[in-house]
Amino acid sequence: MNNQASFNTDVAVIGAGPVGLFCVFQCGMLKMSTHVIDALPATGGQCTALYPEKPIYDIPAAPAINAQDLIRKLEAQIKPFKPEVHLDQQVVALERQGQQWQLTTASGMSITAKAVIIAAGAGAFGPNKPPLANIGQYEGKTVHYLVQNRELFRDQRLVIAGGGDSAVDWALSLADIAAHIYVVHRRDKFRALPENVDQMRALAEQGKLELVIPYQLANLEGQDDQLTAVHVKTLKGEERRLEADHLLSFFGLVNKLGPINDWGLNIHNGLIQVEPTTCATNLPGVFAVGDIAGYPHKLKLILSGFAEVAQAAHAAFAYVYPNEALHFEHSTSTGVPAPQAQ
Amino acid sequence: MPRITFITVDGERVETDAKAGNSVMEVAKELDLPMLAACGGALACATCHVIVEEDWFEKTGELSEDEEDLLDTAHDLTETSRLCCQIKVSDDLDGLVVRLTPME
Repeated sequence: MNNQASFNTDVAVIGAGPVGLFCVFQCGMLKMSTHVIDALPATGGQCTALYPEKPIYDIPAAPAINAQDLIRKLEAQIKPFKPEVHLDQQVVALERQGQQWQLTTASGMSITAKAVIIAAGAGAFGPNKPPLANIGQYEGKTVHYLVQNRELFRDQRLVIAGGGDSAVDWALSLADIAAHIYVVHRRDKFRALPENVDQMRALAEQGKLELVIPYQLANLEGQDDQLTAVHVKTLKGEERRLEADHLLSFFGLVNKLGPINDWGLNIHNGLIQVEPTTCATNLPGVFAVGDIAGYPHKLKLILSGFAEVAQAAHAAFAYVYPNEALHFEHSTSTGVPAPQAQ
Repeated sequence: MPRITFITVDGERVETDAKAGNSVMEVAKELDLPMLAACGGALACATCHVIVEEDWFEKTGELSEDEEDLLDTAHDLTETSRLCCQIKVSDDLDGLVVRLTPME
Protein backbone atom coordinates (compact mmCIF):
# COMPACT_ATOMS: atom_id res chain seq x y z
CA MET A 1 0.00 0.00 0.00
CA ASN A 2 2.47 2.62 -1.08
CA ASN A 3 1.46 5.86 -2.64
CA GLN A 4 4.26 8.25 -3.38
CA ALA A 5 2.00 10.88 -4.93
CA SER A 6 2.49 14.43 -3.76
CA PHE A 7 0.24 17.44 -4.14
CA ASN A 8 0.34 21.17 -3.60
CA THR A 9 -2.71 23.04 -2.43
CA ASP A 10 -3.80 26.19 -0.67
CA VAL A 11 -5.61 24.49 2.18
CA ALA A 12 -5.34 20.88 3.34
CA VAL A 13 -8.43 19.67 5.17
CA ILE A 14 -8.09 16.74 7.53
CA GLY A 15 -11.40 14.92 7.79
CA ALA A 16 -14.18 14.41 5.21
CA GLY A 17 -17.15 14.54 7.56
CA PRO A 18 -19.85 17.17 7.03
CA VAL A 19 -17.71 19.94 8.48
CA GLY A 20 -14.59 18.94 6.53
CA LEU A 21 -16.57 18.81 3.28
CA PHE A 22 -18.01 22.25 3.91
CA CYS A 23 -14.44 23.60 4.16
CA VAL A 24 -14.18 22.98 0.41
CA PHE A 25 -17.11 25.33 -0.13
CA GLN A 26 -16.00 28.12 2.16
CA CYS A 27 -12.40 27.99 0.97
CA GLY A 28 -13.58 27.76 -2.63
CA MET A 29 -15.66 30.91 -2.24
CA LEU A 30 -12.46 32.67 -1.19
CA LYS A 31 -10.59 31.25 -4.22
CA MET A 32 -8.56 28.84 -2.13
CA SER A 33 -8.00 25.31 -3.47
CA THR A 34 -8.42 22.37 -1.12
CA HIS A 35 -7.38 18.77 -0.70
CA VAL A 36 -9.40 16.70 1.79
CA ILE A 37 -8.03 13.58 3.44
CA ASP A 38 -9.89 11.00 5.52
CA ALA A 39 -9.00 7.71 7.17
CA LEU A 40 -12.31 6.11 6.23
CA PRO A 41 -12.96 4.64 2.77
CA ALA A 42 -16.02 6.89 2.30
CA THR A 43 -16.85 10.55 2.84
CA GLY A 44 -19.22 11.60 5.60
CA GLY A 45 -17.31 10.75 8.77
CA GLN A 46 -19.59 9.66 11.60
CA CYS A 47 -22.68 10.56 9.52
CA THR A 48 -21.83 7.76 7.11
CA ALA A 49 -20.02 5.37 9.41
CA LEU A 50 -22.29 5.48 12.46
CA TYR A 51 -25.75 6.76 11.61
CA PRO A 52 -26.40 7.08 7.84
CA GLU A 53 -30.14 6.37 8.17
CA LYS A 54 -30.78 8.62 11.17
CA PRO A 55 -32.63 11.87 10.59
CA ILE A 56 -30.97 15.08 11.76
CA TYR A 57 -33.39 17.80 12.83
CA ASP A 58 -31.21 20.80 13.61
CA ILE A 59 -29.79 21.70 10.22
CA PRO A 60 -31.25 25.12 9.35
CA ALA A 61 -33.83 25.01 6.55
CA ALA A 62 -33.85 21.18 6.54
CA PRO A 63 -36.64 20.15 8.92
CA ALA A 64 -35.42 16.56 8.85
CA ILE A 65 -32.56 15.15 6.82
CA ASN A 66 -30.96 11.71 6.90
CA ALA A 67 -27.27 11.85 7.72
CA GLN A 68 -26.38 10.20 4.42
CA ASP A 69 -28.54 12.69 2.51
CA LEU A 70 -26.84 15.58 4.28
CA ILE A 71 -23.50 14.28 3.03
CA ARG A 72 -24.82 13.83 -0.53
CA LYS A 73 -26.15 17.38 -0.58
CA LEU A 74 -22.89 18.74 0.79
CA GLU A 75 -21.04 16.89 -1.96
CA ALA A 76 -23.32 18.48 -4.52
CA GLN A 77 -22.75 21.88 -2.91
CA ILE A 78 -18.95 21.59 -3.09
CA LYS A 79 -18.79 19.97 -6.53
CA PRO A 80 -18.36 23.30 -8.41
CA PHE A 81 -15.09 23.73 -6.53
CA LYS A 82 -13.73 20.43 -7.87
CA PRO A 83 -12.69 18.99 -4.54
CA GLU A 84 -9.73 16.64 -4.37
CA VAL A 85 -10.66 14.00 -1.81
CA HIS A 86 -8.22 11.32 -0.67
CA LEU A 87 -9.91 8.53 1.26
CA ASP A 88 -8.80 5.46 3.17
CA GLN A 89 -5.60 7.03 4.44
CA GLN A 90 -4.96 8.60 7.78
CA VAL A 91 -2.80 11.69 8.02
CA VAL A 92 0.10 10.56 10.17
CA ALA A 93 2.40 13.59 10.11
CA LEU A 94 2.09 17.36 9.99
CA GLU A 95 5.40 19.14 9.62
CA ARG A 96 6.44 22.72 9.04
CA GLN A 97 8.30 23.30 5.79
CA GLY A 98 9.39 26.89 5.49
CA GLN A 99 6.18 28.91 5.44
CA GLN A 100 4.06 25.90 4.52
CA TRP A 101 2.85 22.68 6.07
CA GLN A 102 3.53 19.19 4.79
CA LEU A 103 1.07 16.43 5.55
CA THR A 104 1.97 12.78 5.11
CA THR A 105 -0.55 9.95 5.06
CA ALA A 106 -0.21 6.37 6.23
CA SER A 107 0.11 5.21 2.62
CA GLY A 108 2.94 7.64 1.90
CA MET A 109 1.08 10.38 0.02
CA SER A 110 2.18 13.91 0.82
CA ILE A 111 0.40 17.23 0.52
CA THR A 112 2.00 20.62 0.89
CA ALA A 113 -0.37 23.40 1.93
CA LYS A 114 -0.26 27.03 2.92
CA ALA A 115 -2.89 26.45 5.60
CA VAL A 116 -4.41 23.42 7.29
CA ILE A 117 -7.93 22.98 8.64
CA ILE A 118 -8.37 20.05 10.99
CA ALA A 119 -11.95 18.79 10.90
CA ALA A 120 -11.21 15.37 12.31
CA GLY A 121 -14.25 14.99 14.57
CA ALA A 122 -13.41 12.65 17.40
CA GLY A 123 -10.30 11.50 15.56
CA ALA A 124 -9.69 8.90 12.90
CA PHE A 125 -11.69 5.70 12.99
CA GLY A 126 -9.59 2.68 13.76
CA PRO A 127 -9.87 -0.66 15.50
CA ASN A 128 -10.88 -0.57 19.15
CA LYS A 129 -7.77 -2.27 20.51
CA PRO A 130 -7.86 -4.07 23.84
CA PRO A 131 -5.41 -2.41 26.25
CA LEU A 132 -3.14 -5.45 26.66
CA ALA A 133 0.53 -5.09 27.49
CA ASN A 134 2.83 -5.62 24.50
CA ILE A 135 -0.04 -6.14 22.06
CA GLY A 136 1.82 -3.96 19.57
CA GLN A 137 4.59 -6.48 19.11
CA TYR A 138 2.14 -9.06 17.72
CA GLU A 139 -0.03 -6.77 15.60
CA GLY A 140 -0.14 -7.58 11.92
CA LYS A 141 1.51 -10.97 12.50
CA THR A 142 -0.48 -12.90 15.11
CA VAL A 143 -2.88 -10.28 16.47
CA HIS A 144 -5.48 -9.11 13.94
CA TYR A 145 -8.28 -6.56 13.85
CA LEU A 146 -9.57 -7.65 10.47
CA VAL A 147 -9.17 -10.69 8.27
CA GLN A 148 -7.48 -10.09 4.95
CA ASN A 149 -6.59 -13.65 4.10
CA ARG A 150 -8.55 -16.59 5.54
CA GLU A 151 -5.85 -19.03 4.50
CA LEU A 152 -3.51 -17.55 7.09
CA PHE A 153 -5.65 -19.31 9.71
CA ARG A 154 -5.70 -22.79 8.19
CA ASP A 155 -4.75 -25.38 10.82
CA GLN A 156 -4.08 -22.63 13.33
CA ARG A 157 -5.42 -22.28 16.89
CA LEU A 158 -7.45 -19.08 17.13
CA VAL A 159 -8.86 -16.90 19.88
CA ILE A 160 -11.68 -14.73 18.56
CA ALA A 161 -12.62 -11.98 21.00
CA GLY A 162 -15.77 -9.87 20.93
CA GLY A 163 -19.54 -10.24 20.90
CA GLY A 164 -20.69 -8.55 17.70
CA ASP A 165 -21.26 -9.62 14.11
CA SER A 166 -17.57 -9.68 13.19
CA ALA A 167 -16.71 -12.11 15.97
CA VAL A 168 -19.63 -14.41 15.20
CA ASP A 169 -19.26 -14.27 11.42
CA TRP A 170 -15.55 -15.05 11.50
CA ALA A 171 -16.04 -17.82 14.04
CA LEU A 172 -18.46 -19.43 11.57
CA SER A 173 -16.32 -18.76 8.54
CA LEU A 174 -13.08 -20.06 10.06
CA ALA A 175 -14.53 -23.05 11.91
CA ASP A 176 -13.89 -25.27 8.88
CA ILE A 177 -10.26 -24.46 8.38
CA ALA A 178 -8.88 -23.59 11.82
CA ALA A 179 -7.36 -26.23 14.08
CA HIS A 180 -9.27 -24.87 17.05
CA ILE A 181 -11.33 -21.77 17.83
CA TYR A 182 -12.02 -20.17 21.18
CA VAL A 183 -14.67 -17.43 21.15
CA VAL A 184 -14.10 -15.16 24.15
CA HIS A 185 -16.95 -12.90 25.20
CA ARG A 186 -17.83 -11.19 28.46
CA ARG A 187 -21.45 -12.40 28.59
CA ASP A 188 -23.70 -15.05 27.11
CA LYS A 189 -25.40 -12.67 24.69
CA PHE A 190 -24.13 -11.72 21.26
CA ARG A 191 -25.01 -8.60 19.26
CA ALA A 192 -25.27 -10.45 15.98
CA LEU A 193 -27.74 -12.00 13.56
CA PRO A 194 -29.71 -14.51 15.66
CA GLU A 195 -29.39 -17.24 12.98
CA ASN A 196 -25.64 -16.87 13.01
CA VAL A 197 -25.50 -16.96 16.79
CA ASP A 198 -27.61 -20.15 16.76
CA GLN A 199 -25.29 -21.66 14.19
CA MET A 200 -22.25 -20.76 16.30
CA ARG A 201 -23.82 -22.33 19.38
CA ALA A 202 -24.56 -25.47 17.35
CA LEU A 203 -20.91 -25.65 16.27
CA ALA A 204 -19.94 -25.29 19.92
CA GLU A 205 -22.14 -28.23 20.83
CA GLN A 206 -20.53 -30.30 18.11
CA GLY A 207 -17.14 -29.41 19.55
CA LYS A 208 -16.07 -27.50 16.43
CA LEU A 209 -15.39 -24.40 18.49
CA GLU A 210 -15.39 -23.46 22.14
CA LEU A 211 -17.29 -20.58 23.72
CA VAL A 212 -15.25 -19.06 26.54
CA ILE A 213 -17.89 -17.10 28.45
CA PRO A 214 -17.99 -14.91 30.57
CA TYR A 215 -14.34 -14.05 30.09
CA GLN A 216 -12.39 -10.95 29.10
CA LEU A 217 -8.93 -10.74 27.61
CA ALA A 218 -6.31 -10.39 30.35
CA ASN A 219 -2.89 -10.71 28.75
CA LEU A 220 -0.88 -12.19 25.96
CA GLU A 221 1.92 -14.72 26.04
CA GLY A 222 4.45 -15.23 23.29
CA GLN A 223 7.80 -14.35 21.88
CA ASP A 224 8.70 -11.63 19.40
CA ASP A 225 5.71 -11.44 17.07
CA GLN A 226 4.57 -15.02 17.67
CA LEU A 227 1.68 -15.48 20.07
CA THR A 228 1.59 -18.72 22.06
CA ALA A 229 -1.32 -18.19 24.45
CA VAL A 230 -4.04 -15.77 25.42
CA HIS A 231 -4.87 -15.41 29.10
CA VAL A 232 -8.48 -14.58 29.92
CA LYS A 233 -10.28 -13.97 33.17
CA THR A 234 -13.77 -13.62 34.61
CA LEU A 235 -15.02 -10.69 36.65
CA LYS A 236 -14.46 -12.83 39.72
CA GLY A 237 -10.83 -13.27 38.79
CA GLU A 238 -10.90 -16.88 37.56
CA GLU A 239 -8.26 -17.26 34.90
CA ARG A 240 -7.78 -19.51 31.90
CA ARG A 241 -4.84 -19.90 29.58
CA LEU A 242 -5.88 -20.53 25.99
CA GLU A 243 -3.13 -21.88 23.78
CA ALA A 244 -3.35 -20.05 20.50
CA ASP A 245 -1.37 -19.03 17.43
CA HIS A 246 -3.53 -16.00 16.60
CA LEU A 247 -5.83 -13.53 18.32
CA LEU A 248 -8.63 -11.98 16.27
CA SER A 249 -9.86 -8.98 18.22
CA PHE A 250 -13.26 -7.62 17.19
CA PHE A 251 -14.37 -4.78 19.45
CA GLY A 252 -15.57 -2.50 16.68
CA LEU A 253 -14.22 0.87 15.66
CA VAL A 254 -13.29 3.78 17.85
CA ASN A 255 -12.20 7.30 17.12
CA LYS A 256 -8.69 8.13 18.19
CA LEU A 257 -6.75 11.33 17.84
CA GLY A 258 -3.70 9.13 17.36
CA PRO A 259 -0.94 11.02 15.52
CA ILE A 260 -2.73 14.38 16.00
CA ASN A 261 -1.51 14.19 19.59
CA ASP A 262 2.07 14.45 18.35
CA TRP A 263 1.86 17.56 16.17
CA GLY A 264 2.50 20.11 18.89
CA LEU A 265 -1.12 21.23 19.11
CA ASN A 266 -2.63 22.43 22.35
CA ILE A 267 -4.99 19.54 23.15
CA HIS A 268 -7.16 19.26 26.24
CA ASN A 269 -9.43 16.27 26.95
CA GLY A 270 -9.33 15.24 23.33
CA LEU A 271 -10.14 18.69 21.91
CA ILE A 272 -7.78 20.98 20.00
CA GLN A 273 -7.98 24.32 21.77
CA VAL A 274 -8.75 27.19 19.39
CA GLU A 275 -9.39 30.90 19.46
CA PRO A 276 -13.14 30.74 18.76
CA THR A 277 -13.47 33.78 16.49
CA THR A 278 -10.91 32.43 14.01
CA CYS A 279 -10.61 28.76 15.00
CA ALA A 280 -6.83 29.31 14.99
CA THR A 281 -4.81 26.75 16.91
CA ASN A 282 -1.47 27.46 18.58
CA LEU A 283 0.29 26.56 15.29
CA PRO A 284 0.53 29.27 12.60
CA GLY A 285 -1.85 28.62 9.71
CA VAL A 286 -3.38 25.57 11.36
CA PHE A 287 -7.07 25.77 12.25
CA ALA A 288 -9.46 23.33 13.91
CA VAL A 289 -13.21 23.19 13.35
CA GLY A 290 -16.16 20.96 14.22
CA ASP A 291 -16.25 18.39 16.99
CA ILE A 292 -12.49 18.38 17.43
CA ALA A 293 -12.28 22.12 18.16
CA GLY A 294 -12.51 23.15 21.81
CA TYR A 295 -13.27 26.56 23.39
CA PRO A 296 -15.44 27.70 26.31
CA HIS A 297 -19.12 26.75 25.92
CA LYS A 298 -18.42 24.78 22.75
CA LEU A 299 -21.44 22.90 21.41
CA LYS A 300 -20.62 19.79 19.39
CA LEU A 301 -23.18 20.43 16.68
CA ILE A 302 -22.79 20.10 12.92
CA LEU A 303 -24.43 23.51 12.88
CA SER A 304 -21.64 25.04 14.96
CA GLY A 305 -19.05 23.27 12.83
CA PHE A 306 -20.37 24.90 9.65
CA ALA A 307 -20.09 28.36 11.19
CA GLU A 308 -16.59 27.59 12.45
CA VAL A 309 -15.58 26.63 8.91
CA ALA A 310 -16.55 30.11 7.67
CA GLN A 311 -14.52 31.72 10.46
CA ALA A 312 -11.51 29.49 9.77
CA ALA A 313 -11.61 29.98 5.99
CA HIS A 314 -11.60 33.75 6.34
CA ALA A 315 -8.73 33.56 8.81
CA ALA A 316 -6.82 31.11 6.59
CA PHE A 317 -7.00 33.57 3.68
CA ALA A 318 -4.17 35.63 5.16
CA TYR A 319 -1.88 32.57 4.97
CA VAL A 320 -2.83 31.73 1.39
CA TYR A 321 -2.88 35.28 0.00
CA PRO A 322 -0.70 37.24 2.41
CA ASN A 323 -0.58 40.31 0.17
CA GLU A 324 -4.20 40.45 -0.88
CA ALA A 325 -7.05 42.28 0.74
CA LEU A 326 -9.94 40.09 1.81
CA HIS A 327 -13.34 41.44 0.86
CA PHE A 328 -16.28 40.09 2.76
CA GLU A 329 -18.93 39.09 0.25
CA HIS A 330 -22.23 37.24 0.27
CA SER A 331 -22.74 34.22 -1.96
CA THR A 332 -25.80 36.00 -3.39
CA SER A 333 -23.42 38.61 -4.84
CA THR A 334 -20.59 36.36 -5.96
CA GLY A 335 -22.52 33.26 -7.01
CA VAL A 336 -20.67 29.97 -7.29
CA PRO A 337 -18.71 28.59 -10.23
CA ALA A 338 -20.81 26.84 -12.92
CA PRO A 339 -22.35 24.33 -13.04
CA GLN A 340 -24.70 25.41 -10.33
CA ALA A 341 -24.85 22.82 -7.58
CA GLN A 342 -28.07 20.90 -7.21
CA MET B 1 -27.57 19.01 46.15
CA PRO B 2 -26.31 15.43 45.90
CA ARG B 3 -22.60 15.14 46.61
CA ILE B 4 -20.66 13.10 44.05
CA THR B 5 -17.06 11.96 44.28
CA PHE B 6 -14.92 11.06 41.30
CA ILE B 7 -11.66 9.18 41.73
CA THR B 8 -9.31 9.72 38.80
CA VAL B 9 -7.02 7.08 37.34
CA ASP B 10 -4.20 8.73 39.32
CA GLY B 11 -6.15 8.33 42.56
CA GLU B 12 -7.11 11.96 42.98
CA ARG B 13 -10.53 12.49 44.63
CA VAL B 14 -12.69 15.25 43.20
CA GLU B 15 -15.93 16.04 45.04
CA THR B 16 -18.74 18.23 43.86
CA ASP B 17 -22.33 19.16 44.58
CA ALA B 18 -24.14 17.98 41.49
CA LYS B 19 -27.36 19.19 39.99
CA ALA B 20 -30.13 16.60 40.16
CA GLY B 21 -31.30 15.66 36.68
CA ASN B 22 -27.88 15.90 35.06
CA SER B 23 -26.07 12.74 34.13
CA VAL B 24 -22.93 11.83 36.02
CA MET B 25 -21.08 12.24 32.69
CA GLU B 26 -22.29 15.84 32.44
CA VAL B 27 -21.13 16.48 35.99
CA ALA B 28 -17.68 15.07 35.14
CA LYS B 29 -17.41 17.19 31.98
CA GLU B 30 -18.47 20.30 33.92
CA LEU B 31 -15.56 19.62 36.26
CA ASP B 32 -13.28 19.16 33.24
CA LEU B 33 -12.21 15.74 34.48
CA PRO B 34 -10.16 13.50 32.17
CA MET B 35 -13.00 11.69 30.39
CA LEU B 36 -13.57 11.56 26.65
CA ALA B 37 -17.36 11.00 26.56
CA ALA B 38 -16.93 11.24 22.81
CA CYS B 39 -20.56 10.86 21.75
CA GLY B 40 -21.82 13.38 24.28
CA GLY B 41 -24.35 11.06 25.91
CA ALA B 42 -26.01 9.66 22.78
CA LEU B 43 -25.33 6.04 23.82
CA ALA B 44 -23.05 5.58 20.84
CA CYS B 45 -19.69 4.85 22.46
CA ALA B 46 -18.19 3.55 25.68
CA THR B 47 -15.78 6.36 26.47
CA CYS B 48 -17.54 7.44 29.68
CA HIS B 49 -17.01 4.01 31.28
CA VAL B 50 -16.74 4.33 35.07
CA ILE B 51 -16.52 1.88 37.92
CA VAL B 52 -19.15 2.54 40.55
CA GLU B 53 -18.15 1.88 44.18
CA GLU B 54 -19.76 -1.43 45.08
CA ASP B 55 -22.17 -0.15 47.73
CA TRP B 56 -23.61 2.30 45.25
CA PHE B 57 -23.99 0.09 42.22
CA GLU B 58 -27.58 -1.02 42.72
CA LYS B 59 -28.72 2.50 43.44
CA THR B 60 -27.50 3.65 40.03
CA GLY B 61 -30.34 1.66 38.47
CA GLU B 62 -30.74 -1.05 35.86
CA LEU B 63 -28.58 -1.18 32.75
CA SER B 64 -30.48 -1.00 29.49
CA GLU B 65 -29.77 -3.50 26.73
CA ASP B 66 -28.15 -0.70 24.70
CA GLU B 67 -25.79 0.13 27.54
CA GLU B 68 -24.89 -3.58 27.91
CA ASP B 69 -24.22 -3.78 24.17
CA LEU B 70 -21.86 -0.82 24.34
CA LEU B 71 -20.11 -2.21 27.39
CA ASP B 72 -19.22 -5.16 25.14
CA THR B 73 -16.85 -2.77 23.41
CA ALA B 74 -15.28 -1.45 26.62
CA HIS B 75 -12.22 -3.04 28.16
CA ASP B 76 -11.25 -4.02 31.70
CA LEU B 77 -14.85 -4.27 32.81
CA THR B 78 -15.78 -4.89 36.42
CA GLU B 79 -18.97 -6.07 38.10
CA THR B 80 -19.91 -2.45 38.75
CA SER B 81 -19.01 -0.96 35.36
CA ARG B 82 -21.40 1.64 33.98
CA LEU B 83 -21.50 4.22 31.24
CA CYS B 84 -21.91 7.28 33.41
CA CYS B 85 -23.95 9.15 30.80
CA GLN B 86 -26.69 6.70 31.82
CA ILE B 87 -26.57 7.48 35.55
CA LYS B 88 -28.91 10.29 36.43
CA VAL B 89 -28.03 12.38 39.48
CA SER B 90 -30.75 12.32 42.13
CA ASP B 91 -31.01 12.82 45.88
CA ASP B 92 -30.84 9.02 46.26
CA LEU B 93 -27.31 9.21 44.91
CA ASP B 94 -26.09 11.72 47.52
CA GLY B 95 -22.64 10.36 48.39
CA LEU B 96 -22.07 8.43 45.14
CA VAL B 97 -18.46 7.50 44.41
CA VAL B 98 -17.28 6.50 40.92
CA ARG B 99 -13.84 5.71 39.54
CA LEU B 100 -12.80 6.98 36.14
CA THR B 101 -11.13 4.63 33.66
CA PRO B 102 -8.11 5.36 31.41
CA MET B 103 -8.89 7.67 28.48
CA GLU B 104 -7.27 5.55 25.78
